[in-house]
Amino acid sequence: MSLDDFLVRAALAGLGVAVAAAPLGSFVVWRRMAYFGDATAHAAILGVALALALDASIFAGALAMSLIMALTVSGLAGRGFAMDTMLGVLAHSALAFGLVGVSFLSGVRLDLMAYLFGDILAVSRGDLAVIWAGAGIVAGLIAWRWQALLTATLSPDLAWSEGIDPRREQMVLTVALALVVAVAIKVVGVLLIAAMLIVPAAAARPLSRTPERMAVIATLIAAAAALGGLAASFRFDSPTGPTIVCVAALIFAVSVAGNNLIGFVRNKG
Amino acid sequence: MPLIEAHDIAVRLGGAEVLHDVSLNLEAGEIVTIVGPNGSGKSTLLRALIGAVPACRGEIRRKPGLRIGYVPQRLHIDPTLPMTVTRFLALPRRRAAKELRAALDRAGLPDLRHRQMADLSGGQFQRVLLARALLNRPDLLILDEATQGLDQPGSAAFYRQIEEVRQQVGCAVLMVSHELHVVMSASDRVICLNGHICCQGRPEAVARDDEYRALFGAGTQGALALYRHEHDHHHAPGHHHAPDAEAAE
Repeated sequence: MSLDDFLVRAALAGLGVAVAAAPLGSFVVWRRMAYFGDATAHAAILGVALALALDASIFAGALAMSLIMALTVSGLAGRGFAMDTMLGVLAHSALAFGLVGVSFLSGVRLDLMAYLFGDILAVSRGDLAVIWAGAGIVAGLIAWRWQALLTATLSPDLAWSEGIDPRREQMVLTVALALVVAVAIKVVGVLLIAAMLIVPAAAARPLSRTPERMAVIATLIAAAAALGGLAASFRFDSPTGPTIVCVAALIFAVSVAGNNLIGFVRNKG
Repeated sequence: MPLIEAHDIAVRLGGAEVLHDVSLNLEAGEIVTIVGPNGSGKSTLLRALIGAVPACRGEIRRKPGLRIGYVPQRLHIDPTLPMTVTRFLALPRRRAAKELRAALDRAGLPDLRHRQMADLSGGQFQRVLLARALLNRPDLLILDEATQGLDQPGSAAFYRQIEEVRQQVGCAVLMVSHELHVVMSASDRVICLNGHICCQGRPEAVARDDEYRALFGAGTQGALALYRHEHDHHHAPGHHHAPDAEAAE
């Protein structure tokens, strides 16, 4: 077992994304920002296209576009726009322009699938460093702001009365979201990043009685999905990113069904 | 200095001016109640005082280091967010378990620490909100129609508790209330609001005020409100006191 082994690198990359995406994903679920996550992720493909055209770092391009999209969307929020329509327009336009942009660049067309669905088996040592640095920053940000984030999520007015500015906490989440998108492209691809945010958190909900527990369980589920998905894709020769999401979805189904079953049995008893 | 001073503030919400020319001072330890018809800007005024909405004119000054305990009108907890009573009480500051037990005790609640907030009854929920607001030993307790949705005995018990709390903690209380009989018996000062401050003063004085009577009728019981419009000033176009809506409640 060493970093020379591509499977070890792939596993570590998957775990890195799990550590960053799951706690943030809990906030995405609590604050009903699922669509917001989608828009930010889809914008990243435009960033990838620009980075390829300018011969810049893919990570930097994706991060920049995700950040611009996330800031635009949170700036528009609460100004009387129909948000779901606005997000739909922005998300899909960014994706479409990104896809068209990439098609103009010769020689990269074959690579497109890698950005849409991830290419975890091709993760290099350098990618791994970027993924874990990003994951560390996101996890650190969320741990640092945890109490304030939670208060602002529960009620912005309650936050104000305690001297917490909910707009600042929203900004923390916005920046964290852009970072997660940028580090997760290589692992699950832009189309399935939102799934890595939402599915583990949703699967953790029935098993949790406190927000902390939900974030921790979501992280464990995301880690299990990453490792399980990697193993399954190796076994069945299926695309790795989508397989990871499939495993997360199965865990979700078991968690919800199990919870309903327990509720049913308790009511009978 | 007073706990909070507002000088001639105006607040706009979505383009409409909800409050204008509002000036008020809150002194330590006093109980002040804001009354006014629906849409008169009561909640907006409270939110402006805690800093949640900016004043587009005028100035709000809070005493440095002022600790506010805020009890919102209602608090919606998203069903995806698991939240035990203990966890809620420890927001945004972590507390020792002993302190949390004492807070519930003080709020007249049984040991609900491990219950989910979503499973509480309306009365229990409001008392937990109050207990949380008191944990920080506030200088000022702000309640926005905190008894909405409670039945008569529940709401009477809630207000008795606030009175006890004021005696124990010594904090000032600023509340919005629809229950005029409570207001008249429990407040040091009443502010009658309708976009601007129509009148303010001791409850007995306010009850005799023409503008108050125009809004709530001659009796101190809101339920007996009779509409007698005896204005001594004119209102700007588009501004009216909407007494019917209030009397119907």
